[in-house]
Amino acid sequence: MNVAVIKYNAGNIKSVYHALKRLGTDVVLTDDPVRIQAADKVIFPGVGEAGTTMAYLKQHGLDQLIKSLRQPVLGICLGQQLMCAHSLEGDVDCLGIFDMPVKKFEFNPLDRDKKVPHMGWNNISNCKSALFDGLDSNSYVYFVHSYYVPVCKWSIATTEYIEPFSAALQKDNFYATQFHPEKSGTVGQTILENFIKL
Amino acid sequence: MLAKRIIPCLDICNGRVVKGVNFVNLRDAGDPVEMGRLYSEQGADELVFLDITATNEGRKTFVELVEKVAAGVSIPFTVGGGIYDINDVERLLRAGADKVSINSAAIRRPEFINEIAKNFGSQVCVVAIDGKETANGWKCMINGGRIETEWNMFDWAKEAESRGAGEILFTSMDHDGVKQGYPNQALRKLYDTVSIPVIASGGAGNMQHFLDTFNEGKASAALAASVFHFGTVKIPELKEFLKKNGIEVR
Repeated sequence: MNVAVIKYNAGNIKSVYHALKRLGTDVVLTDDPVRIQAADKVIFPGVGEAGTTMAYLKQHGLDQLIKSLRQPVLGICLGQQLMCAHSLEGDVDCLGIFDMPVKKFEFNPLDRDKKVPHMGWNNISNCKSALFDGLDSNSYVYFVHSYYVPVCKWSIATTEYIEPFSAALQKDNFYATQFHPEKSGTVGQTILENFIKL
Repeated sequence: MLAKRIIPCLDICNGRVVKGVNFVNLRDAGDPVEMGRLYSEQGADELVFLDITATNEGRKTFVELVEKVAAGVSIPFTVGGGIYDINDVERLLRAGADKVSINSAAIRRPEFINEIAKNFGSQVCVVAIDGKETANGWKCMINGGRIETEWNMFDWAKEAESRGAGEILFTSMDHDGVKQGYPNQALRKLYDTVSIPVIASGGAGNMQHFLDTFNEGKASAALAASVFHFGTVKIPELKEFLKKNGIEVR
């Protein structure tokens, strides 16, 4: 079992690598198409800005590569957003794996507690995937984002903030989480373990 | 429901945790990686590491430390101190930091905020404000609180937000280190001024102070250092106390 974490110009991608290492996983951080294709599992992490990141992925041919993968792939945070059709962040066309738009949270001055970005620990519910095996209902996971994917037929977990949104998505071999399992303490650790076991 | 965050802050000098009382008289309080892991196990929601070393050598040590923290800790952490340009930001994010906190550099060159937001996203960019209440209202201080600027604190918070800051970390120079509670009136005004989260920083002396800053200051998160380092406030008990008093915590 080996996991490839796709290396690109995102912010903190090492944290995913470290989280997998802590689980004792054979993990490699790489942008080499051959190694990515040959991996048992692929993680597409991301902290960054959608427009800038999509341009980088295209320039390096990573956009086509990711779409062509057949093993389980897990997109994280920006990774989830970039797997969608279009993002309002940078008004950019994305990979189109999930035929969904990525929208921006609208701050409501009359509901000032709902600050944007949505930042911190929030509950996930309506969990329907092996990714969440062994977790308590309403477990807390860590989110940091201003853009979100609305609830849709591919939602495998939802979270409520300003409005309900997709905390996680799945279609065929493609999985994605809006939250950061690699930063979500023991809950996140369980989710990563479950992904590795898929 | 989004939980209020409890954030221990570790001031780092030459690879060790120190904490100033009113920014002077540093006292040693331990090993950063061990403390980070311990706090994470105790239920801290995030960590902040502030590099107060001013030398190039110290900076290098700090980047190495960031790598070690990233390898050992499974909750988010912010780093600050000595961040002057986008290269510094990139180096720290590459080392494994989740967010960077900038202060004087942003006031001197506000475009820096735009650059971070554009390159790495707003959520990475924490703008730290050291404020001081003067005869002319709340002013922004720079250089560790030594220099008063022209900026009204609330105007600057608004400016930082419009340039792409993801969060405001507010420290009152007169409250920090004296353990008499957070500056809740000013925090409340910041809450009403910006639409991004505000972290209350500096002033906690007991559990009630945390409760007050969530209720009265409307802070999204509360940061503290010495009360945690010296065990005056223990995070599991603090969370239990907050929960009992109707605050959503993890």
